Amino acid sequence: MNDNNGYAVRTDKLTRRFGSFTAVDAIDLAVKPGEIFGFLGANGAGKTTAIRMLCGLLAPTEGEAWVDGLPISSKAEEVKRHIGYMSQKFSLYNDLHVIENLEFYGGVYGLDKAEIRSRSTELLARVGLEDKGRTMTVDLSLGYKQRLALGCSVIHRPNILFLDEPTSGVDPIARRQFWDLIYELADQGTTVFVTTHYMDEAEYCSRVSIMVAGHIEAMGAPEELKTKHDVPDMQQLFITLVNR
Amino acid sequence: MKRILALARKEVLHILRDPRSLAVAIAMPLGMLLLFGYAIDMELRSLPVGVMDLDHSQTSRAIVRDMTAGGFIVDAGRIHSRDEVERGFRRKKFLAVLVFPEGMDRDLANGNSPTIQLMIDGSDAATAQTVENYLSAVIARKNIEILREDLGDIKPPLEARVRFLFNPELRSPDFVVPGLTAVIMIMICALLTSVAVAREKETGTMEQIMTTPIKPSHVLIGKVIPYMVIAVLDATLVLLIGRVVFHVQMAGSWWILAAYSLLYLFISLALGLLVSTLAKTQQVAMTVALVATMLPTLLLSGFLFPISGMPLVLQWFAHIIPATYYLEVIRGIMLTGRHWYPFELGIMIVMALFLMSVSMRKFRSRLD
Ligand SMILES: Nc1ncnc2c1ncn2[C@@H]1O[C@H](COP(=O)(O)OP(=O)(O)O)[C@@H](O)[C@H]1O
Ligand SMILES: [Mg+2]
Repeated sequence: MNDNNGYAVRTDKLTRRFGSFTAVDAIDLAVKPGEIFGFLGANGAGKTTAIRMLCGLLAPTEGEAWVDGLPISSKAEEVKRHIGYMSQKFSLYNDLHVIENLEFYGGVYGLDKAEIRSRSTELLARVGLEDKGRTMTVDLSLGYKQRLALGCSVIHRPNILFLDEPTSGVDPIARRQFWDLIYELADQGTTVFVTTHYMDEAEYCSRVSIMVAGHIEAMGAPEELKTKHDVPDMQQLFITLVNR
Repeated sequence: MKRILALARKEVLHILRDPRSLAVAIAMPLGMLLLFGYAIDMELRSLPVGVMDLDHSQTSRAIVRDMTAGGFIVDAGRIHSRDEVERGFRRKKFLAVLVFPEGMDRDLANGNSPTIQLMIDGSDAATAQTVENYLSAVIARKNIEILREDLGDIKPPLEARVRFLFNPELRSPDFVVPGLTAVIMIMICALLTSVAVAREKETGTMEQIMTTPIKPSHVLIGKVIPYMVIAVLDATLVLLIGRVVFHVQMAGSWWILAAYSLLYLFISLALGLLVSTLAKTQQVAMTVALVATMLPTLLLSGFLFPISGMPLVLQWFAHIIPATYYLEVIRGIMLTGRHWYPFELGIMIVMALFLMSVSMRKFRSRLD
């Protein structure tokens, strides 16, 4: 079972049931280090459930997964040191200043004071909020909130970053800016595992998987998949797979 | 440790920036202190009693004088007809009426036993009872006085000398202020902490925190520390004001009281955490905290109403409420100076351990 060592994320028949309902049905994934992996699927396909298992928030019903080479069933606590997570609700504190959100997450990740200070300033600049450190978070636009949430989730320099629908609900410009940040992170060697239901964003990924009702229906590089299924774009591919 | 501090610091910011939690933390304890301290103190003083004097004699005037001497009862004025009696009761002009019959003094002199009629508004049963006891005692004393005039210096065959120990003047602040600390600690710990934890669940930040390497138990400790500090400050403030403004007595040691109070504080916190593990939203947390912890503490712990006077079922309930035991201890220390309460101490320790372990376990499993 040593073949998982070369991967950032690997799953083996990972399954989660809620009662008799199977939300994630024996999925097999393999994500290489440094990749931007697009985890695609319609609403309710089981993306969030899968990510929550990979982040140690939810125990798998069956199967196993390795994150940074560590099995999530037995090493969940250690896995947490290697990952960053930005949930669907991108969880910021609205009644805290922008910089206080960064400092807080730096604190719970166990960084020391000097590190928190330098990382916070650095990330503020990186997400384009350098002059808004003392703004109340509630007053930020949705696009800025999403970027701040991204900043909070990478303050401890994780190897692997899980993003759950990070760009839902904002305009194309803000989405484009967000993806620029994702590219920057990937360039620095961070593996990015991102869910989305915007098919244009799928084109930005190194590889994607498409999930339908708990199953992985296709996995590969976007170009490769389009050729294989003989469709002009990801949108068409998605419709074809869902209707199959 | 660093992580716990980060959480605690953030929680302080939340409290400072939320007017509602500031109100609960500061305004409510003071408001309750004034409300219970003053209102209850005033209520059992200066009760108005009307007099219908058909005799206009020395004796009737002497009884009225005796009755109002202590300040407990005030003379609500003379009544001249039965109609006035009914009207006065309805308008709450007086709570009781004494009727001295015509020819009372003459009947007394002739060796008959005239009857003084005493009418009491029974709508407030506790007060009615107190007024009846008081007026009966006034008349009983007058009886002995009259007998002495006739028969020389006789002594009543049996005499009860009543002395209220520990709270000699039956002052209600002595009773209420210590109890208030129990109510306030539950309020801060159970209400504020459970709402604070539920809020993080509602906004999803709890889930975010759980993906960091911090231990669940440390999350709870960090969140709870600021509320613990507030509860300690509030309890101290209430006792301090009680001492300075209401002259509440302190027969025992402050340090020993502090030790018992700390134990009660842990129980309150554990209750708050238990509520927060069960509640997914702030609304639910608030409702459950109020109904399951605040109300029983206010109504059933013996804070306002003595437990021995409750129906049996409520007495059982009273004995599973932590405040019941804490009240016994704090009132005991402050009023009697007794320091050692093995029974209450044992029960409170068991409650603290049980509630802490249940809420920790629940908190951990709920995040699954
Ligand atoms: N805690 C839960 N209890 C019961 N059902 C759940 C729970 N979480 C998710 N589900 C169900 O699992 C399915 C997949 O949900 P989710 O993983 O959130 O999908 P996605 O993120 O792809 O939109 C949905 O039908 C959802 O209702
Ligand atoms: Mg989702």
